[in-house]
Amino acid sequence: MSISFLIIAVLIVGSTAAAMGLRNPIHCVLTLSITFGGIAALFLQLGAEFVGLTQIMVYVGAVAILAVFAIMMTQSRRGLMLGTFSRNALVGLLTAVAVFSVLGWAVLSQPVAGVTAAVSPVSVQQIGSSLMHEYVLPLELIGLLLTAALIGAIVIAMERKEDTE
Amino acid sequence: MTQTPDQVFVILKHWLLGYVPTSVHAIASAVLSILPLMVVFPLLFAITTLLERKGLGRIQNRLGPNRTGPMGLWQPLADGIKSLTKEDIVPFTADHIVHFLAPVLLVVAAFLAYAVLPVGRNMALVNLNAGVLFFFAVGSVVELAVFMAGWSSRSKYSMLGAMRAIAQMISYEVPLVLASVVVIMQAGSLSTVDIVERQATYTGIFPHWYVFTPWGFLGFILFMIAATAESNRSPFDLPEGESEIIAGYYIEYSGFKFALFFLGEYLGMFATSGIAITLFLGGWSAPLSVLTFIPSWAWFFLKLLTLICMFIWVRGTLPRLRMDQLMNFAWEFILPMALFNMVIAGLWRFMNPGAVRWFVCAFLILVPMFVLSALLKRKKKLQLRTYSFAE
Amino acid sequence: MSRDRGSRLLGEGIIKGLAETARNFFGSYISKQRLTTVQYPEERIPQDESFRNFPFLVYDGSDPEAGLRCVSCQICEKECPPKCIFIEKSKDKKPDAVGKPQFYPTVFDIDVSVCMSCQICVEVCPFEAIKMDVKYDYPTESRFAALLFDKHQLAKSNDYYHQIHPTEASAVDAALAAEREAAATKAAAAAAKAAAAKPAATAGAPGTATASAATSTVTPPSDTTAGEPR
Repeated sequence: MSISFLIIAVLIVGSTAAAMGLRNPIHCVLTLSITFGGIAALFLQLGAEFVGLTQIMVYVGAVAILAVFAIMMTQSRRGLMLGTFSRNALVGLLTAVAVFSVLGWAVLSQPVAGVTAAVSPVSVQQIGSSLMHEYVLPLELIGLLLTAALIGAIVIAMERKEDTE
Repeated sequence: MTQTPDQVFVILKHWLLGYVPTSVHAIASAVLSILPLMVVFPLLFAITTLLERKGLGRIQNRLGPNRTGPMGLWQPLADGIKSLTKEDIVPFTADHIVHFLAPVLLVVAAFLAYAVLPVGRNMALVNLNAGVLFFFAVGSVVELAVFMAGWSSRSKYSMLGAMRAIAQMISYEVPLVLASVVVIMQAGSLSTVDIVERQATYTGIFPHWYVFTPWGFLGFILFMIAATAESNRSPFDLPEGESEIIAGYYIEYSGFKFALFFLGEYLGMFATSGIAITLFLGGWSAPLSVLTFIPSWAWFFLKLLTLICMFIWVRGTLPRLRMDQLMNFAWEFILPMALFNMVIAGLWRFMNPGAVRWFVCAFLILVPMFVLSALLKRKKKLQLRTYSFAE
Repeated sequence: MSRDRGSRLLGEGIIKGLAETARNFFGSYISKQRLTTVQYPEERIPQDESFRNFPFLVYDGSDPEAGLRCVSCQICEKECPPKCIFIEKSKDKKPDAVGKPQFYPTVFDIDVSVCMSCQICVEVCPFEAIKMDVKYDYPTESRFAALLFDKHQLAKSNDYYHQIHPTEASAVDAALAAEREAAATKAAAAAAKAAAAKPAATAGAPGTATASAATSTVTPPSDTTAGEPR
């Protein structure tokens, strides 16, 4: 528990709380991207450079942008103000409790002794070669899936154009 | 080869560190490494603004700024004082916090990118294992800053500018990364320091820069095109098209915040140029082995200035693209070429070195180039524009 | 456009354009003809002789007070479309350049912030007293007071007029000289007649007789001379 970990942890928790509590959806997304950045910082602190940087690239660079784009395209100019509690808060609460308990169970069932053992950070090269050797099939499958999703998205986007013509 | 001028800054840093108590050694070392970057690159920004205005003037057969000081040399200083003393106007309906944070985030992100840039031998701030990845990760934060600026101003123009900027940056980030992947494939490392060191060897007097290979050359061209779009430079300056949306996402900024945006933009341009130098142009290595007596950092900045001049030259030449042209160009030409280039780079890796390999790869690059050119040319017919949403 | 067809490489036009701008860039250092910029406050483009900006008052001789041609007839004040001229006529008369007593303007103001450089004041002036100046830069620190020119600022010598509009000025001078000559001959004739009729009165005041004759005849020809140089 170093000081830097504490700072990052407080930042993550605080910004996540803000993301849930703020009324302006854009503010929510911006604070959420702080959370993403904080998580990336945690990864970097643990020596997982590749994962941490990918976290920033994908979540801050793409997911957050996608979210703000979606909000920007769909809401009116005055800005939609969200209530802090939505109608299906109960369902959300149940989901959160379920996810938390599963994660907590998974973490607690691991042997605690492993924490103290020093783990040498996995280099990018190792990740790359294992992706290309051991996990090449899952990688290809994910690639196929994403390509299919991409084509599907294009097809959905193109449909409207045909309508207007 | 004399070592002293080459390593003068490194030696200077260690000499200065000798006077610092060991307890704060780490912090002092970091400060001493970061400080020069924070001084040199803004200074380069000042020089570039002058160079750009002078160069653009000459390209248009004008003189350019020549009033402030001898040959207008104090112009950047005058600009700086002007922007510092101007009133800082924040629109009444603006989201004040986000409005304030946007330029700060932009400049911070732009500065962060320099952390992995080896500006000379042993002169990278940090040698990250995933240096190139770090660069692109930091670059993607810029998009968020641009969005914050555009959205918080509550102005139609800045909103349009931000949306254009983000759409463009996302589109061109893909080819930017893909164009640099070929180098990573060849070097087998994501560390910028390693990549430069692989290129800093010589056969005869010629270096092993990646730009001298067919795939490297194509990659460099694609990378530079994507970098131009990424840094919102002309001809891809739609997000800030003065004639259409005035200044895009930073229209509602004035005074020093405006200057910060300007700074951030130019820093981004230098950083992408720097990474292009690192990836393709051999970083700090000399172009001929007989020229290695010139310090490595001098080579880096010489190359950087050359690329900046290229940017200015292109800006003075090409007109601004239209949005659909911009997107079509990214998805129909640059992206396929970048993907194909990766295949060529793989082929290069597994072929035996020699002239045959060179010619086969060059041929294989030229074929899709011609095919794509022909396809794009056939598409380019003048006709009435059809609008899907207007009317 | 048709030449562009064919399977040339994409980007050929860009290279051509880059070559063109490079030629401009280096050319601007080599040939001075390319640089059309005039370094304004130090260098100025030589003005056309017919250039005009704001009106000024012409005086003969060396004294701007005494030699002012203006006789305060106030025609220009009445004709000025934007009403930028303000004249106060004197109560007394003062001898003009040729010595004839005339009214003179005690106040003659032109508000150049209002003036539209139409030259109507020049066209209507029967005495060739108001002409158009060529000075066009009047940087001031105040918007109104400094741009209201009074008589002293407006008075410029005939030499200056010759300097800025040589052709026009000599034509005006010739016309004025002709008028004076005509007036003088007329006066001489009248004097001769008068002398014949009343010889005792001739030695009295030939100067005044000449001047009064000049004023009576000056009006009709001056209109044509003012229009002539254009």
